[in-house]
Amino acid sequence: MASTFETVADIIAETSDIPREQITPDSHAIDDLGVDSLAFLDIAFAIDKAFGIKLPLETWTQEVNEGKVPAEQYFVLKNLAARIDELVAAKG
Amino acid sequence: MRLEYFQMIDRIASFSDAEERIEARSTVPDASPVFEGHFPGHPLMPGVLLTETMAQASGYLILGLIRFTHMPFLAGVEKAKFRSFVGPGAPLEIVATRAHQGSGYAVTRATIASDGKAICNAELMFKLMPFPDGLSAQMRAQAAEIGLVQEIA
Repeated sequence: MASTFETVADIIAETSDIPREQITPDSHAIDDLGVDSLAFLDIAFAIDKAFGIKLPLETWTQEVNEGKVPAEQYFVLKNLAARIDELVAAKG
Repeated sequence: MRLEYFQMIDRIASFSDAEERIEARSTVPDASPVFEGHFPGHPLMPGVLLTETMAQASGYLILGLIRFTHMPFLAGVEKAKFRSFVGPGAPLEIVATRAHQGSGYAVTRATIASDGKAICNAELMFKLMPFPDGLSAQMRAQAAEIGLVQEIA
């Protein structure tokens, strides 16, 4: 079974037309891969469907904008994969 | 329908919170400057305006489901198919259902039929944002005019 990171990387490659080999666990979705906020909605929808969760994008955006959490915590892909694993675990 | 004013929905026929579904009705106008160019002597409702019609029905669905807390802005159109032509005077039955409610966005599936014949369908994504100044009241007024508020109440 594919790891969470691999699934997310495949989703980003497909939805954003980015070569899969450019996407690494240390890639920052926005700064390194150039994913903009609208494209991130497509990615969020695909992640929500693939994992049966609801990425709390509004909360994350607010936390980053208020300086409470560095953006890397959510948008560097290894961290995004960890957040997804937490959400999957939380739903039981 | 007043194509030049982007008033694509004539009235809401039904709205269901439980089914997350809306049905709307419109009639393609008998005359419009749009038809002078699309196409000369062969008036056809443009696919982009059919897409806008599906988007507006979806938008009213989302507004109803979230009780006008945010404004849905069209962010994506996927899997759009245009199956039959429609021209002046055609009655349109528009149906939209919510396929997914994400955080700050929503996805709908919409169809248009005319006299029972499939015209088009698409999957539409909306970004939900705070209402720009003054727009909330305008949207509520428009929704009331086409019968959405009564359906919600």
